[in-house]
Amino acid sequence: MAEERPIRVLIAKPGLDGHDRGAKVLTLGLRDEGMEVIYTGLRQTPEKIVQAAIQEDVDVIGLSCLSGAHNYLFPAVMELLREKGSSDVMVLGGGIIPQEDIPLLQEKGIKAIFGPGTPIRDIAECIRAEVRNKSKR
Amino acid sequence: MELVDKMLEGGQQSLSRLISMVERGTPEVPEIMKQVYPCLGKAYSVGVTGPPGGGKSTVVDRLTAIARSKGLTVGIIAVDPTSPFTGGAVLGDRIRMQQHYLDDGVFIRSMATRGSRGGLPRTARSVIKLLDAFGKNLVLVETVGVGQTELDIMEAVDTTIVTLVPEAGDTIQTMKAGLMEIADIFAVNKADRPGADQLVIELESALMLNPRRTEWEVPVLATQAVNNIGIEELYEHMERHRHFLESSGRLAQRRQEQRKQELLETMEERIRVSILTLMKRDEQLAAAWRKVENAELDPYSVADEVMGNKELLHNWLAQLESEGLIA
Repeated sequence: MAEERPIRVLIAKPGLDGHDRGAKVLTLGLRDEGMEVIYTGLRQTPEKIVQAAIQEDVDVIGLSCLSGAHNYLFPAVMELLREKGSSDVMVLGGGIIPQEDIPLLQEKGIKAIFGPGTPIRDIAECIRAEVRNKSKR
Repeated sequence: MELVDKMLEGGQQSLSRLISMVERGTPEVPEIMKQVYPCLGKAYSVGVTGPPGGGKSTVVDRLTAIARSKGLTVGIIAVDPTSPFTGGAVLGDRIRMQQHYLDDGVFIRSMATRGSRGGLPRTARSVIKLLDAFGKNLVLVETVGVGQTELDIMEAVDTTIVTLVPEAGDTIQTMKAGLMEIADIFAVNKADRPGADQLVIELESALMLNPRRTEWEVPVLATQAVNNIGIEELYEHMERHRHFLESSGRLAQRRQEQRKQELLETMEERIRVSILTLMKRDEQLAAAWRKVENAELDPYSVADEVMGNKELLHNWLAQLESEGLIA
C-alpha cells in the first residue's frame, strides 16, 4: 500500500546570482500545496545541491537561475545525479531561461522549465503527476 | 534487508531512503529497527531547543565544526513545523549549515513535525537510531522553535541544550515551569544584544533555588554563535555533562527510562492503528463511534461499553488476526 505522504522538494540556487525572490515564492507556494520544501540558500555548487538532495531523499529538485549560466549549471547537476546513482530524482528548472535553450536542457534530462508568471498550481500538478507515476512503477 | 546492509556499509543513499521509510511508517519499519538494533548505543545525542529565531541552527552548525575538528563524525536532524492546514512545510535549517554540505563526515537531514505537537516528529527517535547505526559519533537534534511546553526532546537525547535570547521577558519568565526546567545547559545566544548579562544572572539565580538540581549544576553560558563566541565553552560543557552522566550512572538510567517510554509508545501506536482499522470494518464499533460523534452519549460511557465487552474484544481479535495485523 502506497501511503499518502508529503512530496519532498529541494529548491536550490546554483551559481553566483543573488536573486532568490522567485525561489522563495516557489518555496512558499509549494508549501501551501502540501509539500515539504527544503530551501538551501544562495550560491550553491552543483555538488552541494546533489549532496543535499541525496541526504534529504527528495522527489524533486527545483533549480532557479537568473544569471544566464543555466546551460552549464543545470546539466552539471544532472551529470552528478547520474554519477551518484540518483537519476530517479525529477529536476525542474526556472528563472530567466531563453526559449531556445529549453530543448538542450530537456535533452540533458531537465523535466520542465517554468519561467516567470507560471501559476504555482501548474508546477505542483507537474510534480504530483510525476511522483504518482513513479510510485506506480 | 539489503537496504540496511548497504546502510551499515556506509551507503548515504540507503540511510536516506531508510529515514524516509521510518518517517512514513511503512510496513518494513519493524524489520528495519530490528536489524539495526544490535548496532545501537554508540552515538552520543544532544538536543538543541529554544524559541524560534534564537540561533539553534547556527549553534548546531558551530558545534558540528568543533566536533569535526576533534575527528568525530556528526549526524544532524533539523526539525521545522508542518502546516496544520496543508500538511506542507518549509525546511530551512540547512541554510545555516552550509560549511558542512560537502563533508562526508556530516549527514544533515531536515524533518517536518508531521502532526506531532511536541517540537519533534514522532519518528525522530528512530531516525537518531539510524544515524547511530550508520556510525555517527555525535547526533545533534535541533527541534522546531518551541514555546514553553514542547519538551519531547528531553526524552529523545542524552544532553539537552536550551538556547534563549535576551529581551525574551522578565524574571518571571525564567521562573516558569517547562522549558526552563529541561535544560542541562543554557546558552544565552545573541549575547551582544542588550539584556544578555541580565538574563544570565536571572537564570543563574532561578537555578540556584531549584531543589532538584544537586549533582549537576546547570551552566548558563553567554554565546554569539554567528561570531563563534562562547561555542568552545558550550562544547566543553556538553562534554562535561556527558562525563557526569556516564560516571554517575545517570546515562544508563536515562536511556533505560527512554527505552521503557519507547516500548509504551510503540504499543500505544499499534493499538491505535488496530482500533482505527476495526472502525472501518466492524459495524458495532462504528455504531459506538457515531454515538459519540453525534453527542448521543459521552465518550466515557462508550469506552466502558466497548472495553468491558469480552465477546466483542474476542471477535475483534479474530478480525485483526485475519487481517494479519496481529499474529
